[in-house]
Amino acid sequence: MNDAAPTGARRFRLPTFGGLGASVGIVFIILVAFWVMMMILLPTSYMVEYSFRFDLPPGKVGGPEDVHTLDNYRFLLFGPEGSPERLWLFGHEFKANTLHLNVFFKTIIAAILVTMIDLAICYPITFFMAQRATGGMARLMVLCLILPFWVNEILRAFAFRILLGTGGVLNTFLMDLGVIAEPFDFIRQDIALYVGLSYAYILLMIFPLYNALESLDRNQIEAARDLGAPVWRIHWRIVIPHAKAGIASGCTMVFMLAVGALAMPQILGGPSNLWFTQVIYDRFNTSLNWPVGAAYAFVLLVTCIIFVLVVMRLFRVNLGEIAK
Amino acid sequence: MSADSVRKAMMGFYVLLFFAWLFGPLLIMSASSFNAASFPTVTPWEGFTLKWFTSLFGNRDIRDGVLTSLTIGAGVVVVAVPIGLAAAVLMTKLRSRTRSIYYAVVVSPVLMPGVIIGVSTKVFWDRLGVALDAPYSSFFYDGLFLTVMGQASFISAYCMLIFLARLQRFDRAQEEAALDLGASHMQVFFKVLIPFLRPAILSAAVLAFLTSFENYNTTVFTILPEKTLTTVLASKVRLGTDPSISALAFLIIAVTIFGAILYEIRARSEARRLGAR
Repeated sequence: MNDAAPTGARRFRLPTFGGLGASVGIVFIILVAFWVMMMILLPTSYMVEYSFRFDLPPGKVGGPEDVHTLDNYRFLLFGPEGSPERLWLFGHEFKANTLHLNVFFKTIIAAILVTMIDLAICYPITFFMAQRATGGMARLMVLCLILPFWVNEILRAFAFRILLGTGGVLNTFLMDLGVIAEPFDFIRQDIALYVGLSYAYILLMIFPLYNALESLDRNQIEAARDLGAPVWRIHWRIVIPHAKAGIASGCTMVFMLAVGALAMPQILGGPSNLWFTQVIYDRFNTSLNWPVGAAYAFVLLVTCIIFVLVVMRLFRVNLGEIAK
Repeated sequence: MSADSVRKAMMGFYVLLFFAWLFGPLLIMSASSFNAASFPTVTPWEGFTLKWFTSLFGNRDIRDGVLTSLTIGAGVVVVAVPIGLAAAVLMTKLRSRTRSIYYAVVVSPVLMPGVIIGVSTKVFWDRLGVALDAPYSSFFYDGLFLTVMGQASFISAYCMLIFLARLQRFDRAQEEAALDLGASHMQVFFKVLIPFLRPAILSAAVLAFLTSFENYNTTVFTILPEKTLTTVLASKVRLGTDPSISALAFLIIAVTIFGAILYEIRARSEARRLGAR
C-alpha cells in the first residue's frame, strides 16, 4: 500500500472520508464496524467473560447467583467435586482431572509431532521445486499440490479410513504379501490420525517454504559447493537460515490447524482417543456445560498464542513475517 | 554413476513417492465408489457398479445438506464480500499507527482456530438473545444466521486480503483525474474503483463460497439443529461404512480436476495473448 498521494491532497480530502464521498464512506464504516464489533471483538470477549461464569438456567441469569468464578478452569485442572482421580508428580499425590489434562497435553505434543513430520516431508520437495525444477515443471507441481486440497477435509479423512482401516486396502495388501498375519489397527494406534493430519495441512507448510526458498540465489549454493562444503553444511549454513521466516510461518500454520482440527480426530481417532477440540465439542453438544466449554476454548486459544510467541523467539522473526 | 546422478535419482524417486502419497488415497477412494462391495474398499474387487451414485442421489440427508450449504454459502458471499471490500478500502485510507492496530484486529480471525470462532459466535448470540429476552424463534437462535456470522468473520478477512492485493496496483491518478474532471466521489467510486476491482470481486466471491461450502470446524458449533453437507458427511463418515460417500468424493474430485484444467487453459491463453501484444 504505497501511498503516493502527497499529504496536501489528503488533508484536503479528509472531510469526505478520505476521498470516498460521504454516503459510501458511511456505509463502509458501518460495514467494518459491524464486522469488527459483532463478529470479531465482542464474540471473543463474550466467550472469555462467559468462561468465568457458572452454568445457570436462563431464569437465574442476571440474578444474585450470576457471579464470576474460576470454577471452569478449576474443572480442567482438578475435575469435578469429589472425583477420585489422582496424579502423581514429584512423589506427591495431587487431585487432578487426569482425563482432560492427558488429552490436552497429548493434543499439543501430537500437533508438534505432526508439524515436525510436515517440515521433514516438505523441505526436500520445496527445495526441489524452488531450486531445481524448471518453470513449466514447477508450475505443474504447484497445480498438483493444490488439487487435493480442494477436496473436502472430511472426504480426505474418509480416504484414509478406506486406506488404513482394519479391513482397508493397506492391511489387505500387507496380509497378501505375508508381512503381517493379523490386520494391524492403524486407527486404534493413532497412526491413521497422525498420517491424516500430516496429509491435511501439508500445503500450508509448502507455500511459505516455497516463497522463502525461491528467493535464494542459486549462485550462493554453487559458491559453497565450489568451496567444498558438503551437502548438509550447505543446507545448515545457507539454505535453512535463508528460509527461516518461511519455516517459522509454515510451522505456525500447521501447528495451529492441527491443534484446532476437529473433523480428522473425529473420523480417524480411535474410539477411546480424544483430541482437545473434541472435549470442547462435547461440552457444547453432549455433556452440555457451555461455560466449561468456553473456558477450554480459551485455554486452547492461549496455547496457540504462546506457541506463536515461542516460535517468534526461537526463529527471531516478527509477526508480520509469520502472517505473510 | 557419479555421486551427483545418484543424488538426482534419489530426489526424483522422492518426488514420485511424495505425489503417490498425495494422490494415492484419493485415487483409492474414487475407485472404491465403483466397487460393488457393500463396504468402501477396492480389495476385494467385486465388480464394476454405478449403484452407489444412484443411492447418493437418492439420499435425502445429503440433498438437504447440500441445499443448506448452498444457502449459507450465498449468505456468506453477500456478507463477506462487501465487508472485505470496505475493510480493504478503509485500510488504504489509514495512517501507519492506526493501520497496524486495525490490521492486527481484522487479520486475527484468519489465525484463530475455527473451533474457537464457532464457540464464541454461538455463545455471543445466545447470550445476546437471552439479554434481549428474544423469543426462541428469532434469528438469535437460528443455525443458518449464526453460521453465516461465524464463517463470515474469517472469510471477510480472506476477501479483504484479496482486495488489498488488487488495490496495491491501483493508480491513484485515475481517481484524481476523475475528480478534476468534475466527477462526484460517488461517481468515482462506482465508475472508477469498482470496475478496477471487478476481477477481485469475482475471485473473492468464489473463494468465499468455496470456503463456506467446505467449512466444518466453525459450522459444527453454530449450525444448531440444522445440517449442512459437511456435518451430514461427518456423521456418515464416522461410521465409515457407506460407499455412496466415495461416489460423492469422486464427483468432487472430478469437478476439481475439471476446474483446474479449465483454469490452466485460461491462464495459458491469457499469457499467450499478453505475449503476442
